[in-house]
Amino acid sequence: MNAARKLTYRDALREAMREAMQRDGRVFVMGEDVGRYGGTYAVTKGLLEEFGAERVRDTPLSELAFVGTGIGAALGGMRPIVEVMTVNFSLLALDQIVNNAATIRHMSGGQFSIPLVIRMTTGAGRQLAAQHSHSLEGWYAHVPGIKVLAPATVEDARGMLWPALEDPDPVLIFEHAQLFGVTAEVSEGAVVDIRHAKVAREGANVTLITYGGMLPKALQAAQELVADGIEAEVIDLRVLRPLDSESFLASVRKTRRAVVIDEGWRSGSLSAEISARIMEQAFFDLDAPVARVCSEEVPIPYPKHLEDAALPQVDKIVAAARALFGAAAQ
Amino acid sequence: MIEFKLPYLGADIDEGTLLEWHVKPGDRVTKGAVVAVVDTAKAAVDIESWEEGTVSELLIEPDNLIPVGATMALLLESGESAEQAAQWKAAHAATLVPATAPRPQLAAMGSGAPVVTAQPATAARRRVSPAARKRADELGVKLERVLGTGPDGAVTVADVEQAASAAPAVAPPPKEEAVQAHPPGDKAAEMRRIIAAAMARSKREIPHYYLAEEVPLTRAMQWLADTNATRPITERLLLAPLYVKAVAVALKQFPELNGFWRDTDFVPGVGIHVGVAISLRQGGLIAPAIHDADQKDLHPLMRELGDLVKRTRAGSLKSSEMADPTVTITNLGDQGVDSVFGVIYPPQVALVGFGRVRQRPWVVDGQLRIAPIVTASLAADHRVSDGHRGGLFLAAVRDLLQTPEKLASQND
Repeated sequence: MNAARKLTYRDALREAMREAMQRDGRVFVMGEDVGRYGGTYAVTKGLLEEFGAERVRDTPLSELAFVGTGIGAALGGMRPIVEVMTVNFSLLALDQIVNNAATIRHMSGGQFSIPLVIRMTTGAGRQLAAQHSHSLEGWYAHVPGIKVLAPATVEDARGMLWPALEDPDPVLIFEHAQLFGVTAEVSEGAVVDIRHAKVAREGANVTLITYGGMLPKALQAAQELVADGIEAEVIDLRVLRPLDSESFLASVRKTRRAVVIDEGWRSGSLSAEISARIMEQAFFDLDAPVARVCSEEVPIPYPKHLEDAALPQVDKIVAAARALFGAAAQ
Repeated sequence: MIEFKLPYLGADIDEGTLLEWHVKPGDRVTKGAVVAVVDTAKAAVDIESWEEGTVSELLIEPDNLIPVGATMALLLESGESAEQAAQWKAAHAATLVPATAPRPQLAAMGSGAPVVTAQPATAARRRVSPAARKRADELGVKLERVLGTGPDGAVTVADVEQAASAAPAVAPPPKEEAVQAHPPGDKAAEMRRIIAAAMARSKREIPHYYLAEEVPLTRAMQWLADTNATRPITERLLLAPLYVKAVAVALKQFPELNGFWRDTDFVPGVGIHVGVAISLRQGGLIAPAIHDADQKDLHPLMRELGDLVKRTRAGSLKSSEMADPTVTITNLGDQGVDSVFGVIYPPQVALVGFGRVRQRPWVVDGQLRIAPIVTASLAADHRVSDGHRGGLFLAAVRDLLQTPEKLASQND
């Protein structure tokens, strides 16, 4: 049962949904083009044939309507998986997510739960320009009442869905568009939690804190820093709300230096929150100011060279980490 | 080239934190001008310059802890140029920064890492990482002696540890215990700690002897009453300036009670600068100097005393007042004790005490009278003087207090 297989991130997401629908008759998938088209990113391909139109439902192009429908279905005892094409489009459903899904448990005095899972694509890098490329998961991580997950690995893509469905409250899963093709071995039946960050790479000199689509870049940067004699530890946050502060604080207390890498914009961002927590709780362990590598504060551009320039890249991460060592590393 | 150094501020003070500069490069500095304010465990002290010159460069930034004797700034003498200052600085770099300490590198870093030549920036506050500051506290490392190799020359943990291993003798262990017993920034505890250090040193090193003499003050009190009757209330005299003047004048004939014990020998004081013990409301005491007390009239002495008490309690003393006392007077009469046998404030060699003035039966010319009496006492260093001379000194003080009108203007 624990045999390892090679899997793409996309296949892992699909397998997780298929398994969930097999295990639990209340689980169904709903969203734009998830049925006949097989999903804009081909994640739901083949599910309509396997589970039928009752459980794999194409919806009208109204995020507000079908996210609201998902909330209603969850209230009614179902376990919906709602796919929103990109986080940019989820803004049309912001009212449903923030004003309903996140609040009903609290406003009903705990009488009603919303066991809803919303999956959406996030991030840039495919020349889809400013209306399809933003990283707004940090906005959702601001809101109490929902959980926000960011699977950065094939293993998490495979393993996070089931605990998300089991959670009695709404869970948002952000899938970075650059990750769908990533291939990795996953062991069959691997169990993951949706509470903790994870040390993706151990190191002693600096902590690179990141999540989602930036994890591969951070790991690549860590590899390049070895040449400078800098052993970087890489923390994959995995869960953006509630943040597992203890994981990155423990690492920063060890390495005394931190670089936060966030594809979101810098101002008022998740990276700002992480930086603030480090200041609040690990200030006296710091040997250098906290550094951040974020997207430039522009709508993500269409031309490739400008898009590349706007996003956090490996060389920027390496430079930011090096700068924390001052003259000794230059 | 004039090196402006953190001056001696009293035996129990070996370091201070620069609070602010009162000058900037290009400013002309005159003798006695207050150049900087330095916070010590006892008080914030206005540091005066004893040279004249033009500020060339400020070498220390505010908020840095600096040891007594550290060069804080360079002053140009007339005719000197900024280039000469730069040359001087280059030539003396070794004494300004600990160039002998090997430059720290990341343990993991290869030997190919380039050598660091970072100079601490002088324009802004010195950069020290929070972790480095904490580590320096733990190790007793003085940050101003640590070369920074971090971002923008910031001092890092590695720099502190490097400095600690390069100079293992920096932190005296007993001090460390005392420091750990109190949270940092606890001013009262810090004051208690340095008083403890000075007094323990005194009792450990100085073979004290003690003498006392009862001094009738009938004439002094009468003279005071007469003098004050003609003066507005703000200009009235108290006994204290009489004591100061009497002691100072008497000391002219007893130089062995006025000065310092340095290592193995007595060094007579230049001038008679009487330290006056002033208790602080928050606890502890300071004994700043009244300079050349033997040469001052009573009224100026009275005004100086009042000013000194006010400024001592406000925590704004001048460096010369902290550093210069050649002898100390303590007056515990106000607290109601009859006599005081004090502990000498090292490296001074004598302490004169006055107790409470009380009405006592007193024999004058074979007749019993009631007279105001004060017990004057002397604690003196037996390495320098003997009881015989000490006794003569107290007798001289007693006699001087019998002719207050002479004291009032005796300033030859």
